[in-house]
Amino acid sequence: SSHEHKLNFKKSKEVCLSYIQDAMLQKQWKRAAEFLTFYVEALEKDYSTEYMGPSEMIWRIGTEILCHHSHSSVKEFNSFIEQMKTSGVKRYLKVCLEHAFHLLCNGLIEEAYQILSLAESWRFGEQTAIQDKEMKLIQAYRGLLDYYSWSKQKTILLEHGQDGFEDLSVEQEMHNCFRKAAVNLKEIIKIPGVWDLFVKCYVDLLEFYGDHNEARQVLNEYAYNSKFPANPNAHVYLYQFLKRHGESKKSLISALKILHDIVPSHELMIDFNTMLQKSKKRKRRRLGLEVIFAVLDYAGWKENVKAWSCLARQVKQIVISEKDLDWIKQEWNSRKDWWPAFHFSRYLAKRNWQENESLAYEKALVAGILLGKDCKYFKYVSHQGCKAQVKRFRILKKFVNKHNPVCLRISG
Amino acid sequence: RDFNERCAQCSEVNWGLTDGGRFYCRSCHNVTERTREVVNADFVSNGRIQTISKGLRKQEKTDGGCEWYVCEGFQLVLKKQAEALEALGVCPQMKDEILCNFWRLYLQKSKQAYCNRPARETVKALSVCDSSTDVDSEPERPSVLHFLSLSESEGDLQTDCSFASSTSKFSESTSVCSGSVDGSLYLMKNQKDKLRMTMPMTLSFCYMALLWLREPMTLSDLLRFVVEGHIPYLNAFQHFPEKMKLCGLDLKIFCVESWPVYEEVYSKMLELAAFLDLPRFPDITDSCFLHPDMLCMKYLMEANLPDELHNWTCRVVKKICIGEVDFLTLVPGNKSTRNVKYDVLAAAVIVVVLKLLFLLDDHYEWLLSDFAEERNKNNKEGGPYFEFKKWYKVIKCSLDVEQKKLDEERAKYLWRCEKPLFYSAEKKSKVLKRRQMVVNLQNQFGKLSGSVRPAEKPSPSSFQLRWSEENTDGSCFHGHSLKGILQEKCGLLTAMNPDYWLCTVKLCTEKLCGHLAHYREVDFPQSYHFVLRLFSFLLRIQPSYIHDEVCAIEHKLFNKKLCKKPKYNTGVRK
Repeated sequence: SSHEHKLNFKKSKEVCLSYIQDAMLQKQWKRAAEFLTFYVEALEKDYSTEYMGPSEMIWRIGTEILCHHSHSSVKEFNSFIEQMKTSGVKRYLKVCLEHAFHLLCNGLIEEAYQILSLAESWRFGEQTAIQDKEMKLIQAYRGLLDYYSWSKQKTILLEHGQDGFEDLSVEQEMHNCFRKAAVNLKEIIKIPGVWDLFVKCYVDLLEFYGDHNEARQVLNEYAYNSKFPANPNAHVYLYQFLKRHGESKKSLISALKILHDIVPSHELMIDFNTMLQKSKKRKRRRLGLEVIFAVLDYAGWKENVKAWSCLARQVKQIVISEKDLDWIKQEWNSRKDWWPAFHFSRYLAKRNWQENESLAYEKALVAGILLGKDCKYFKYVSHQGCKAQVKRFRILKKFVNKHNPVCLRISG
Repeated sequence: RDFNERCAQCSEVNWGLTDGGRFYCRSCHNVTERTREVVNADFVSNGRIQTISKGLRKQEKTDGGCEWYVCEGFQLVLKKQAEALEALGVCPQMKDEILCNFWRLYLQKSKQAYCNRPARETVKALSVCDSSTDVDSEPERPSVLHFLSLSESEGDLQTDCSFASSTSKFSESTSVCSGSVDGSLYLMKNQKDKLRMTMPMTLSFCYMALLWLREPMTLSDLLRFVVEGHIPYLNAFQHFPEKMKLCGLDLKIFCVESWPVYEEVYSKMLELAAFLDLPRFPDITDSCFLHPDMLCMKYLMEANLPDELHNWTCRVVKKICIGEVDFLTLVPGNKSTRNVKYDVLAAAVIVVVLKLLFLLDDHYEWLLSDFAEERNKNNKEGGPYFEFKKWYKVIKCSLDVEQKKLDEERAKYLWRCEKPLFYSAEKKSKVLKRRQMVVNLQNQFGKLSGSVRPAEKPSPSSFQLRWSEENTDGSCFHGHSLKGILQEKCGLLTAMNPDYWLCTVKLCTEKLCGHLAHYREVDFPQSYHFVLRLFSFLLRIQPSYIHDEVCAIEHKLFNKKLCKKPKYNTGVRK
């Protein structure tokens, strides 16, 4: 029975907590605040060995309420958080960090910076060593804010430079920020983890000051060090860097190859395919075909004209040359059972034709090649296209008809 | 003092002497088997004094505290409770005479006071139950004890000690572990035979006194008033004078972290009455509030049931002889009679009557209600006939509302009070800091909660649900007639329902499992559960307690039938 007449302190506070929870889930912030006032005395009995004790509860709940409550101000939030900092020394740095995040979310960058600096100077016996990770994060974010300042000053400098003004103090300040930022950012990215933002900023700094080697090394580490979690973005950053610096096709391709393995549907795959198609090496062209087919396996790309046009171009090329037809066969083998329904249904034919003629065109070309001139999609679209007297559809029709025997060989 | 061994438990060398002359470790209270060799008689008789080297005088200077004993603390609590009861309307006799004397008797029986202690102790008598709360007041005032059988006490009451003096105390380290002088010893001693005093027991004392005086307050009323805050209990120690410092083990004794449980308070009361060797309590006659006929009337009103049902409850009471003086009156120590919980009994009687008339099998009562409704259409003269359905709707609605309020109040219950508590002086600053933080947070979020916190306690009242016949919405059923569901037979009105189902065919042995029956909601009809729920709410006890009582009544009521042919009963259900 839920109406338990025996009640003790612990149970009473549990019940109170469930009321707070309900109120929060229903976004009744006033009510949540009301019950929180009755819950806070649980602090006086905080001998918790539980996973989450009263003081942590109060911190998290209080934060939520203050974030959402219409009458709460940043000042109130600050005063609340300061109290939370003193209530649990084991959480001190975590609270500081979240405090800083909150301020950043509210656009109070200066204040956030102060909080982080203050936290950095915190020492508390053996706790300092225990909370080492949080400390690194705090330093990293402070580094990030230093980067942000640096970036602002760089902009000012460049503007002034354009106007012909020189500003030594700004420049000096800028270099200061750079040093501070670099030190901290470098530290954090040594630790295995996902540090996209930090890496980007650090690389930006390094590039500006011309330290390309260091930058490359950082990016390589980030992408290839197995201790770090698999992160597609790492490869993207590396690729972009290599491209910026005009690196060889080989290195670009190897960077993107890994990306293809991890995220076949990545948007860079289009560039990848384009690059590979143009290549003189057979192996690369083969890979290109694989890449573009893989992209179109994903629903998000179904209506992407560019993707279809890449595929269309490549298969057309192959059909015309009548070489390497087995490539298409290989790719088509695992797809012939489901691609027709997925991409080339009659319904889609109608819809594509109505909504996007170019899309219909490219798809029709692919369909005609893969499924032959008698497939629903091709028939419908080409018919519509010819009816509308669009030139390219007539050409398309002729092309497919002409190469039909070859196409039939593909479909087997 | 020459004992320099390390303690087996905590490895400290910090020894004191117990009553029995054994060494005990002051740090961890580990009692050893080593005893002090008796050197000479003088030494033994002053043994206590010797082990208390400095005494508490030192303490008095530093924090303004004084020596106090645990039972003094309880005495204060009882006093406050008695005053609160008086404010609620209980006669002053309760506080000045009855409770007072019960307490004295208890002190005597448990050898904490009013008794002959070994001669080595000197006397500092304390006046009990007079108006002064000052612990340091003048020594003894002779008080007349009505109920103590003087033959039991040894020697002259006036010169014998009532409390141990300031010179015979325990070692100073015990006073560090507790603000009271004997806090640690209090908890340490095996006091099974002496019935050690606890906070819930204060309520047992109160109830016992109320029962003696046959005051119109049931145990469930008393406990409800406690929870509602009209009677000091939860933080009763905040009424202690400044000088009585609480810390350390005192907290374990005086700080309550849970609401008093009916069963516990009741059974302790019985134990207490037996322990004090009290005689038969004043008779509970049919003009007493606690008599089932009276209580049934009250509960019927509160449950918004027709007054006519009272006839039926009286009939049941009479039939199973639970209205007899000898059944109702408490005779301490008499194990053969089943002790009576007046409130639960009355509620159970009503439940049985409802079962008799309405069957409550989730089927018949609704049929009967429809039937009454039909008859009501043609009923022009007199009051309307009682319809179960209508009553159910009204009550369910109110009950749900009240229950919801109660649940919310429970969630909002505040356990802490202004007076800070700490185990030791080192923790004091931390405790105070925390308290300050709590107050700050309460203020901060209090402002955000938008609503005005009701500062007033709801005024105490005996009735939780009120129904007025002046309400034109027809929500009051007191005046309704049962004619709609009765039939005439031989000039008498009897129930239309020929069936009855027993809650249980066989009663459990109370001694084995503590209960007569085991109630599970799913095993019984929902209407039955609803009725139990209603009284469970009113009495603030678990439905199973009422169910137990219902079983007991049914077995008495149908005793003959049960004994004859067990299969005779129709619709028997477990």
